[in-house]
Amino acid sequence: MQNQEAQKRFPWGSLVLTAVAVLGLVAIVYRFLYGLGASTNLSDGRAWGIWISFDLYIGVALAAGGFTLAAAVYIFAREKYHAVIRPAILTAFIGYTLVILALLVDLGQPWFIWKFILHPNIHSPLAEVGLCVMLYTIVLALEFSPVVFERLNWRVPMKWIRTIQIPLIVAGITLSTLHQSSLGGMALIFSETLDMLWYSPILPLLFLISAIAVGPAMVIVEGSLTSRAFGHQLGRDVLSGLGKVIPVILGIYLAFKIGDLVVTRQLGLIFSTSSYTILWWVEVLFGVVLPMILLSRPSVREHAWKLFGAAGLVVLGVMLNRFTISWFALEARPAVGYFPHWMEFAVSAGLVAWAVAIVMVCNKVLVMHEHAEPEHAEEPELEGKPGIMVEPGAAPGN
Amino acid sequence: MGKGVLVDLTKCIGCRACQVACKQWNELPVEDTKVQGDTIANPPGLSGKTYTTLAFKEVEHDGQFHWVFAKNQCMHCQYAGCKTACLVGAFDKTEFGAIVYEKNKCIGCRYCQMACPFGVPAYEWWSRTPWIQKCTFCADLQSNGLTPACISTCPTDALLFGERDDMIKEGKQRIAANPDKYVNHIYGEKEVGGTAWMYLSAVPFEEVGFYPMREEPVTHNVDNAMFAVPFGLAVVATAMTGCYFIFKRRRKLAQAKSRSGEGK
Ligand code: SF4
Ligand code: SF4
Repeated sequence: MQNQEAQKRFPWGSLVLTAVAVLGLVAIVYRFLYGLGASTNLSDGRAWGIWISFDLYIGVALAAGGFTLAAAVYIFAREKYHAVIRPAILTAFIGYTLVILALLVDLGQPWFIWKFILHPNIHSPLAEVGLCVMLYTIVLALEFSPVVFERLNWRVPMKWIRTIQIPLIVAGITLSTLHQSSLGGMALIFSETLDMLWYSPILPLLFLISAIAVGPAMVIVEGSLTSRAFGHQLGRDVLSGLGKVIPVILGIYLAFKIGDLVVTRQLGLIFSTSSYTILWWVEVLFGVVLPMILLSRPSVREHAWKLFGAAGLVVLGVMLNRFTISWFALEARPAVGYFPHWMEFAVSAGLVAWAVAIVMVCNKVLVMHEHAEPEHAEEPELEGKPGIMVEPGAAPGN
Repeated sequence: MGKGVLVDLTKCIGCRACQVACKQWNELPVEDTKVQGDTIANPPGLSGKTYTTLAFKEVEHDGQFHWVFAKNQCMHCQYAGCKTACLVGAFDKTEFGAIVYEKNKCIGCRYCQMACPFGVPAYEWWSRTPWIQKCTFCADLQSNGLTPACISTCPTDALLFGERDDMIKEGKQRIAANPDKYVNHIYGEKEVGGTAWMYLSAVPFEEVGFYPMREEPVTHNVDNAMFAVPFGLAVVATAMTGCYFIFKRRRKLAQAKSRSGEGK
């Protein structure tokens, strides 16, 4: 029934999705048979390409909904957002799994990954990102596991998970804070090669804040799409509530971004005539300032598609920022250009297609949205308080 | 202190003996090359098969024509970006200051390539099991008290090898003795915190491919950020746990209040 609904709303969707997913697999096989040189346009002057920019930098940023929502619901007791915690955590889990898969494709010799696990270099921000991403993926799997246990009706593992729920959530937030900021830390070593408009000693902080902002934005985008595709009834105030916090975070982000240029006396750069200046203005005006203005207006927040559009701007803004820092404004060797090989696109797109497919399957077979009515939230259920793990059957009113 | 090299670009005659010596000593494979339009540099740059090349630059400076032959190789930084970046610590610094790569550790993330401010580490892109390749400063020769192959081969003494401090002194002396001949700068003395390989030139350095760089090592901000990580971890974990209990208690209080309200 829901199936047909989704088909009607996105005709051809699954066909295109399958094609892209299969093509991605073909490209991955080719890459391992013939090496990176044959399957990418990477070179010594540009050793990182779209797999790092899109799959790692953007993938991790856009999966930030998992930890921001977990913090809101479990730590700061914003019960209202319970309804979207499951999809947020699922997206994060699948997102991180794909990040890892993409990195395994990108690594020259991924079969030696165990060497990294055994001997990480503690001075390397990339090592920190790598370790945190692996650990956090495990944490996300555990955070999401109750939804699966619930479906299978396995009560014992459910109980175990429930006892470690809060430590898990805290670990997830901590790991996320560390690696979201360390992605900016990785760029700190580009002090001679990254354009000064973006290079800053506070890059880790900027990365963290923008990740916190894009987390809820991503949840809005995804929630809007899935509720259209699957006809879930998401309380309007849930998504618009998320929309309300975004301008605050973006405001802090903007203040740091501008403040940094002021403190380092580089504000003049944003009025210079280099082509990077335009990129900077596009990013700041359309990715930060405009969504700040839009999302501060109740009329936008209350309107499903306007809310979707404004949140989409935040997502695009962060994407542009990560692309710029890891690609456009980064000159590893002077005058070496890079444009991805079609197989690089195919792999990235293929992995996204897999992610979408898995999210769709989960939406069909698992209970993804707990409808947290206000009464539910105030239920005096002190000890076994509602978690991701609460079975809708067990919660009163369901 | 570490060893250093003073490259006097005015003394180089462009014979490329250093290139050949490097290939031989390090047993590097030949490279398929072709003649390029605007330069006789060959091969065109560092690669997975070539640790050092000469760039041939035609420069007009102070109304005079200069044909400059600029040897390129790993600079062997005192604060090496590649070494800090590598997530498995495949780079090590020898006692005499060579930055050496150990392939047994490498997993091929190529962060070292991105992290090097001079674009030095190269990759075996053609291979199914690729490794990083870069100049070793002939660490094997040096550990036996010998001079790197390129340097002992140089017929004009354009490459001078010794203690790094002495090389700086020598460079300053040459500039002082011939202020008209050299630009007043030793490239590599202070750039990105100092490099083992240093250059003297008759023409501005950026004209021959040595770009201006800050004195701050590329590792500076990274080290600070990584130093902050354990504290960040502790602060976030504590704050989150704290907030959890505070908000939990608040909720309890609110509930108790509403219940006593109902009781009335
Ligand atoms: S020049 Fe590059 S490869 Fe050589 S030591 Fe410095 S950072 Fe490492
Ligand atoms: S490519 Fe190898 S040597 Fe270079 S940073 Fe990655 S693991 Fe280290």
